Amino acid sequence: MKRSNKPIFWSLFGAGGTLAALLGPMLVFVTGIAVPLGFLLPRDLMDYERMLAFARNGFGKLAIVAVIALFLFHGLHRLYHCLHDFGIHVGPVLKAAFHGCAIAGTLVAIALVTAIGFAR
Amino acid sequence: MKANSTYVRPMGAWWRRNAFYRSYMVREASALFVTLYAVVLLIGLLRLAQGPAAYDAWRASLATPASIAFHVVVLLLVAYHAWTWIAVMPKTMPFVRIGGRRISDRTIVAFGAAASIVAQLACLALLAWLGWTR
Repeated sequence: MKRSNKPIFWSLFGAGGTLAALLGPMLVFVTGIAVPLGFLLPRDLMDYERMLAFARNGFGKLAIVAVIALFLFHGLHRLYHCLHDFGIHVGPVLKAAFHGCAIAGTLVAIALVTAIGFAR
Repeated sequence: MKANSTYVRPMGAWWRRNAFYRSYMVREASALFVTLYAVVLLIGLLRLAQGPAAYDAWRASLATPASIAFHVVVLLLVAYHAWTWIAVMPKTMPFVRIGGRRISDRTIVAFGAAASIVAQLACLALLAWLGWTR
């Protein structure tokens, strides 16, 4: 029997869901509301120098790629399954499209944190 | 030739039929906002890699009223998404037994919610400390 790829996508979906449940709302609040408004946190928390230093740090790179990749895999996997609820019949093409977007986003994120370089 | 003459129940807008279907749909649709947030972060990362001018332009766009309003909506739906993830944990987790007895569903949900609140407040406290003292 051909091996199913389901466990891989389900694991990434599950990891993304857990990360979103543990930190998602606070991340949205910090990057989208608190820092842009200077509410509770200073505006310069996300200035260019600080974010560049964060993205040049090995842990920072891992954190950035983990959040982007897992949120993409989580959200797109669930939206893919949601298509059925809207009466759209899914097949290998749509499955490849949804999971392919998550894979592409992950590769772009990895390429970008690599291009940003490493701390000396 | 008629391909199919049997009655097919119309399923258009089926989720509006009752409250449970609606809450199911809101839960599933909230995944869209997790995806959108990942895209926002990916754009920010791209802007960061492009240099200070591009990054500052992205930061300025984050401070616009439209972006703040968008993020308030994202926050509400991601928070709801997080809550539904925790609420379903008794069904998605393997059985945990302590002293031969299964941990109750309520304990699992309470533990999950507490873990989430502690993790998020610790994250905020760490960022506030970094932001205000460093």
